[in-house]
Amino acid sequence: MEKKTPLYESHLQAGGKMVPYAGYLLPVQYETGVIAEHMAVRRTAGLFDVSHMGEVVLRGKDALKNVQRLVTNDCSRMYDGQVKYSPMCNENGGVVDDLLVYRRKEDDYLIVVNAANRHKDVEWIKQHIVGEVEFQDISDELSLLALQGPKAQEILCKLTEEENLPGKNYTFKENILLAGVSCTISRTGYTGEDGFEIFCSNQGVVTVWNALLEAGKYKAHRDHIDKEDFDIIPCGLGARDTLRLEAAMPLYGHEMDDQISPLETGLGFAVKMDKEDFIGKNALLEAGEPKITRVGLSITGRGIARENCLVYIGQTRIGRTTSGTHCPYLSRPLAMALVDIHSSAIGTQVEVEVRGRRIPAEIVALPFYKRAQ
Amino acid sequence: MNQKKFLFLKSHEWVQFLDETTARIGISDFAQEELGDLVFINLPEVGDEVVAGEEFADVESVKAVSPVYSPVTGTIKAINEDLLDQPELVNSDAYAAWFIEVENIQEKLDLLTEEEYRNQLS
Repeated sequence: MEKKTPLYESHLQAGGKMVPYAGYLLPVQYETGVIAEHMAVRRTAGLFDVSHMGEVVLRGKDALKNVQRLVTNDCSRMYDGQVKYSPMCNENGGVVDDLLVYRRKEDDYLIVVNAANRHKDVEWIKQHIVGEVEFQDISDELSLLALQGPKAQEILCKLTEEENLPGKNYTFKENILLAGVSCTISRTGYTGEDGFEIFCSNQGVVTVWNALLEAGKYKAHRDHIDKEDFDIIPCGLGARDTLRLEAAMPLYGHEMDDQISPLETGLGFAVKMDKEDFIGKNALLEAGEPKITRVGLSITGRGIARENCLVYIGQTRIGRTTSGTHCPYLSRPLAMALVDIHSSAIGTQVEVEVRGRRIPAEIVALPFYKRAQ
Repeated sequence: MNQKKFLFLKSHEWVQFLDETTARIGISDFAQEELGDLVFINLPEVGDEVVAGEEFADVESVKAVSPVYSPVTGTIKAINEDLLDQPELVNSDAYAAWFIEVENIQEKLDLLTEEEYRNQLS
């Protein structure tokens, strides 16, 4: 039986089409549809309920030591209020999960993990913590919203002073009141747009959700409007996936898993081989230069490549797609693929096998979409 | 026989007979609603044979691909080429957006009336 987030009723009222995902019933889309929701995030703003994400806390004298051993990125020089992205590897160098590390204090870290991996991660971390550290899974007590899009800051500024918002990407502020609810606000997201992720209590989240939708509402100054128009619309899991794909952000279970190393999937920037030991470091060292890499594919023929389509150059199989769809903003079919590193040059003409049919495609640079700064 | 009548398969295709042996085929409004925004439709070619109960096309939404089954056996007389560039026409009017026109129909599956189709949806 799937769990409901505290916003379940709000989703139904907004016309959410509810589907089971990672143990929760969540909206895959609202009446607006995936394309409109995707475009709202690119053009104005979208609001997502991502309360299914997992949150764990590592606190105590040895908290940093444990974080450093668990994740591949270097968290030793983080400052309070900073967020860092990192894979977390197993002993073989495969990925247990990718996550965000929030440094609240030198000895107090909040770690946000993928919903689908929460229980696995909790077990993994429990098994591997050493020394004086308190570990807690607080996922069930926290709700999480993602407010994403070029108007995100403007909308939040209707509910709080700009100085209360984290100014830089990958920073956060705690105990910020939004509509009377205490929130942690971080300038992070999974859409390729500017935006914020907002943590608050389960009790307060409906209030914050409604306040954000209200703050983002406007009446369009057009001649023919018969209903209220919105700058902001609620967005579902469907748009979350198309947005992250268009921005070429990897998703666990697609671009990486326990068999794929972060170096093989283009996450080398978050693997610091020169830091002291971390789980998986030896395996990554032994494996040496990766033999496969993650590339972008622009489908030049007719069709859409989804995940797990084989990629060929002539008769030679060079790899497989890991995610793919028609991307609404760029308005064409795109895919990410893991391919032989020797066949990964940008401009390479390949073929993707879609349900028995070969469709031409070209290897293109990632990300597909990058917002204007 | 009401020539405008739409008949249905449980798998959400509609068929509209233009005469005894010619018909147009599309997908129901319920199907387009369930699929969401369509972004690609893969159609067969004029002259191809379709077989009752077998897949003849597929429709892709942002999220997934779904097969479309033929209610009849026959030869494709025409395809709706507008759908190749504007798959969203199916979302805006599923009963106007026919996929293919089939002639020389020799065989058809058991078809549901609109009322029967609606009743089994709920």
